[in-house]
Amino acid sequence: MLYFNSFLFCGFICLMGQLILDNSKLTPGHITSLFVVIGAFLDTFSIYDFIIKKVGGGALIPITSFGHSLIHGALAKSNSMGFMGLLMGMFDLTATGITAAIIFSFVFSLIFKPKN
Amino acid sequence: MFHISNGDSMKDLRYERIASNHKASENKGKNGIVAFVSGGILGALAEGLINFYSSIFDISRNDATSIMIVTFIFIASLFTALGFFDKLVNRFKCGLLIPITGFAHAMTSSAMDYKKEGLVYGIGMNIFKLAGSVILYGVVAAWFFGMIRYFIGGAL
Repeated sequence: MLYFNSFLFCGFICLMGQLILDNSKLTPGHITSLFVVIGAFLDTFSIYDFIIKKVGGGALIPITSFGHSLIHGALAKSNSMGFMGLLMGMFDLTATGITAAIIFSFVFSLIFKPKN
Repeated sequence: MFHISNGDSMKDLRYERIASNHKASENKGKNGIVAFVSGGILGALAEGLINFYSSIFDISRNDATSIMIVTFIFIASLFTALGFFDKLVNRFKCGLLIPITGFAHAMTSSAMDYKKEGLVYGIGMNIFKLAGSVILYGVVAAWFFGMIRYFIGGAL
């Protein structure tokens, strides 16, 4: 069941992005930025946590989950550290993704030659 | 003078007509279905990878999620560097741009594009050219909404 929900949810997010891309002048850069903000907004009152529980991996792969992880780490740290925890825990959960993206893109851009 | 501007506007009109013809032939409904199916397959694949990693390495679901994301970033980075991820993006569009693969694709492609300008001025300064806005607005939004949650709804 989680597989089917994952398919539907991730497909729905991509469909939304495609509809915005086709029917407005926004570029993919605008849309990904917008979706990160939406993901952070949905986790303000734990809606995205509920979606992840119902959907599984399909909710963790779209860029909305990046915004969710940012705010989730910040709030988890603010539990123990108070107000400053919002700043301390911001990258707690997304550190893996950002670090991996930086390292892989740097190493691969050094190794491989650009095509054109 | 008059002739030149007249010719220009004729050219503009003809250009616009040709451009609108091409726009009409681009099928929006088909694009949407392609994005839905390809994005959905990626989502189901993500769920499968989480189950696979958590059973084979005997780790929690959260740790398996991190490894799943690293896997997708690795594949997207490698395919972008090899040069054929752009063709896949042209075909599947948002189906590949909205998942985390789009983030890795943006970083690797901007690093590759500016590689010839050197390590510091090329790769170093331009690697976050496209992905930087995602991080910036993500952090600002997360901080802003986190403040709201912290003061109104209490912490987690």
